[in-house]
Amino acid sequence: MSLITTLARLEAVESGRAQPLTTVRHRHLTGRPLVLVPLATAGEAGAPLGALVGTDREAPRLLAVAQPRDRELRFAFLAELAEAVLPHIESYAGVVEPAERSQIDPETGKKTKVEVELCTDAAQLIVPSRAGIDFVRLLGRSMRFRRTAEDDPDTPYPAPARVPLLGRWLTHYAERARVPGSSLLLATTDLLNRHWATGQSSLEDQHLGALLAWIAPSDGGSGAEAALRAELERDREGQLLCPPAGPATDPAFDNRLLAPAIEAYDRARTALAAAEDGLAADALLAELARAERQIRSLLAKVALPTWDAVWRGLDLLAGLPEGARAEDRWTRDRWSFTAHRDRVLAGEPPQPRRDDAVTAAQKLASREAAQAQLDAQEALDDPLVLAGRRLAGEAFVGEVTGVEMAYSESKRPSPRPLVTVRTDEHPHLGGRTKVYRSLDGKPQTAEFVSGTPAEEGGLLLVLRITDRMGRSKEPAPGSVPEPGDRTVWTLFEHDPRGGPKLPDPEETPWTHGGPPGAAVERAERPDPVTAEDLL
Amino acid sequence: MSSTRATFDPGAEATRATDAILHDTLRGSSRGVVVDSPPGAGKSTLVVRAALELAAAGRPLMVIAQTNAQVDDLVVRLAEKEPGLPVGRLHSNDSDPYDTVLDGLENVRKSAKATDLAGLDIVISTAAKWAHVKNVEPWGHAIVDEAYQMRSDALLAVAGLFERALFVGDPGQLDPFSIVGADQWAGLSYDPSASAVSTLLAHNPELPQHRLPVSWRLPASAAPLVSDAFYPYTPFRSGTAHGERRLAFAVPSDGSGPDRVLDEAAESGWGLLELPARHTPRTDPEAVRAVARTVRRLLDRGGAATSERSPHPVPVTADRVAVGTAHRDQAAAVRAALAELGVTGVAVDTANRLQGREFDVTVVLHPLSGRPDATAFHLETGRLCVLASRHRHACVVVCREGVAELLDEHPSTEPVQLGVTVKFPDGWDANHSVLAHLAEHRVRWRP
Repeated sequence: MSLITTLARLEAVESGRAQPLTTVRHRHLTGRPLVLVPLATAGEAGAPLGALVGTDREAPRLLAVAQPRDRELRFAFLAELAEAVLPHIESYAGVVEPAERSQIDPETGKKTKVEVELCTDAAQLIVPSRAGIDFVRLLGRSMRFRRTAEDDPDTPYPAPARVPLLGRWLTHYAERARVPGSSLLLATTDLLNRHWATGQSSLEDQHLGALLAWIAPSDGGSGAEAALRAELERDREGQLLCPPAGPATDPAFDNRLLAPAIEAYDRARTALAAAEDGLAADALLAELARAERQIRSLLAKVALPTWDAVWRGLDLLAGLPEGARAEDRWTRDRWSFTAHRDRVLAGEPPQPRRDDAVTAAQKLASREAAQAQLDAQEALDDPLVLAGRRLAGEAFVGEVTGVEMAYSESKRPSPRPLVTVRTDEHPHLGGRTKVYRSLDGKPQTAEFVSGTPAEEGGLLLVLRITDRMGRSKEPAPGSVPEPGDRTVWTLFEHDPRGGPKLPDPEETPWTHGGPPGAAVERAERPDPVTAEDLL
Repeated sequence: MSSTRATFDPGAEATRATDAILHDTLRGSSRGVVVDSPPGAGKSTLVVRAALELAAAGRPLMVIAQTNAQVDDLVVRLAEKEPGLPVGRLHSNDSDPYDTVLDGLENVRKSAKATDLAGLDIVISTAAKWAHVKNVEPWGHAIVDEAYQMRSDALLAVAGLFERALFVGDPGQLDPFSIVGADQWAGLSYDPSASAVSTLLAHNPELPQHRLPVSWRLPASAAPLVSDAFYPYTPFRSGTAHGERRLAFAVPSDGSGPDRVLDEAAESGWGLLELPARHTPRTDPEAVRAVARTVRRLLDRGGAATSERSPHPVPVTADRVAVGTAHRDQAAAVRAALAELGVTGVAVDTANRLQGREFDVTVVLHPLSGRPDATAFHLETGRLCVLASRHRHACVVVCREGVAELLDEHPSTEPVQLGVTVKFPDGWDANHSVLAHLAEHRVRWRP
């Protein structure tokens, strides 16, 4: 935790209210996010219990599984979820603009520009908590290898038609969520924690109700007290007034309300199956429907507070202006969305169960680049974030006190002006450390030459500017700061380079087990059916 | 025990190990050879010798090191041993990509393009630069230096450039890290965030593995502790015996904490300057000043080191002293404090940057000093190992009281990942061993 975050947390404790960590919003929010509040069954890994889903805060669609251990009902739930999610995704997949992408020509090996389609916007998915993202990943994994009757007429228990496709999309979203700064799939708690510091532990910050209580207590009183109430307060039946944001449910709810309701449903089903004549069956069917409605109303009751909390969180975030470079990162999300759309359209198989060596290395490299870029962009977009970096000695602000023209020692001397900057800060500068400043949105590089104490206090730093001054002997106008200018310098790069190109998977070297070959084919086949699949 | 020690001839043992390594490298049939080297065991000497022998055998060789400083150092060592040997230094396109010392070496050709260096006996560069080399004829042989600090994905990017390789490194030092989570690949044999050697051995378990048995850097007072605490299953010995290395001061102690701890360290090889227990920010001003005071007194008191390198005592000057910290801001604070005391020329850096370097005396700010918690970062075995194994004569640790209690309150809680080989010892255990030993050389001081 950086010093400035610690300070913000201390201030939050003292004032009883969450303190802002940013002055702008660092994640893109679309005007029409699809909110998904999933609930999972206790003790059954990956068994959905229900969900609220939709783009209209006034009209969530409730999906429920009356008996989570019943495969038919689970498939019906997933089919319904596909009906709720896929049309939303597809409504974005169809709207495209022309764009250019550089591609390496396989014949000449040269980089060429190709015309491609880019979706003008992408579908954004919001879940309440980080555990929700994990659940989306789990759902995606459980669905994408399923076979439908169309895929394979002989498959026992075929999945409903669109379920495997939903699995592939959810897998893509969950994988994209691992890329720092991406906004395709976001957890409300992560969003709020990025923008506010509370006076509670980071573990407690994962509780959406408590987090919102710190940021915007409903009664306007102390956030700490409101957070405690959100965590602990129960009604007369012993149920939490602010149920956990899921997907796990409160054990008191499971034991006292849900279990009896599911038992009643099971009894009604057994009775219906044993019905001897039509008249009795009608009555029992009504009883079954009543039991199912009871379960649905219970699930609605525990999921609705979370649904409302997610929207409240989104409102708070929408109140912050978006950071200038967040749009740029969203464009990358659009590329990612478009690329997945293209893979699906091209009939490619679902994502393999495990990455091969090259894919794993590529993903790690691109995520590291994304993290470095995110850290830099947030600091450049936001003076409060920059203040944290300045405090850590990774950036500094100073007034230019002098500029001395100098030239490089080469056949064609280029300008290398020496700029003296006075600062009261303590950047970690050493021999020839590179520093960067933003010049018309592009980074300009300088190197540290020397630092001496200034007469009026602080430090006098001499920096040699090395680029972005044009090609002629005299620097282009405006490309060199002038005395009196207030300049912002960072010790980190603004637009860090990505890693080297890795070999193709077919050329995986012997140190990494050679080409994946057979292993990949195995991974792309659906899971073999085991006895446990057919309980 | 004493009889085995009496018959242990460090020179002969080391020669035997080196001969076996060179035999497997030059005449063995496997594609790779792995050499584990404890701190100061002559890894660089081995790399230079292997490189020269491969070159002499007419095998085109590429050398992969991790940093530009390591690359330049290797080039200089090669040129010292074999001035006539054509060596290529492949460098980046940045300004000042290599040490200007190389400009004075006649047979060293420098270029940013691998094709310019084709045909030279040995071409040396960093893993990062090699990763950008494409469309060249693969080299017959490679030497990968500091292979345990190289990440698996970095090896993936360069492994297509060579047919066979010698991997040399120190398994006890800091593991490579990634700035983003890589848990999703934990347990895969090719986890890109793991070390290059662990991926290599997971896919090629039959490769011969050697280890250098003697540390020439660590004194007899330090080798047993470092070996027991950090290399419990692959012990090594010191190349020198007790009494062969001595540290003495011209100026007697003034009775202050720093002077007393320096005397203790000169006598026993270790010293712990313990400040009163307190929770502090990372850049604990008292501890930082205590570190600076200790360095200042060490230089002021005219320290002189006697070792097997020279018949006469050699003065311990600023360039033979280092200060090690866990964080960069701590290093910056120590540098500022030293500047205030008028000390210049002492290397002050984090464990990551001190890796592979050697000094006569080191002063270490303990990673857990003054902390309220013990995170995985601060408990990392390699961090403490690097800090405790840079010295030829003595190591002084500056620390607040209460670290043992802190350790007991924070047992390791890292999740166990399926398929990941558990590393021994864990940082918790290693920290306790080192602390228990340091406690015998404790000097309490209230600044």
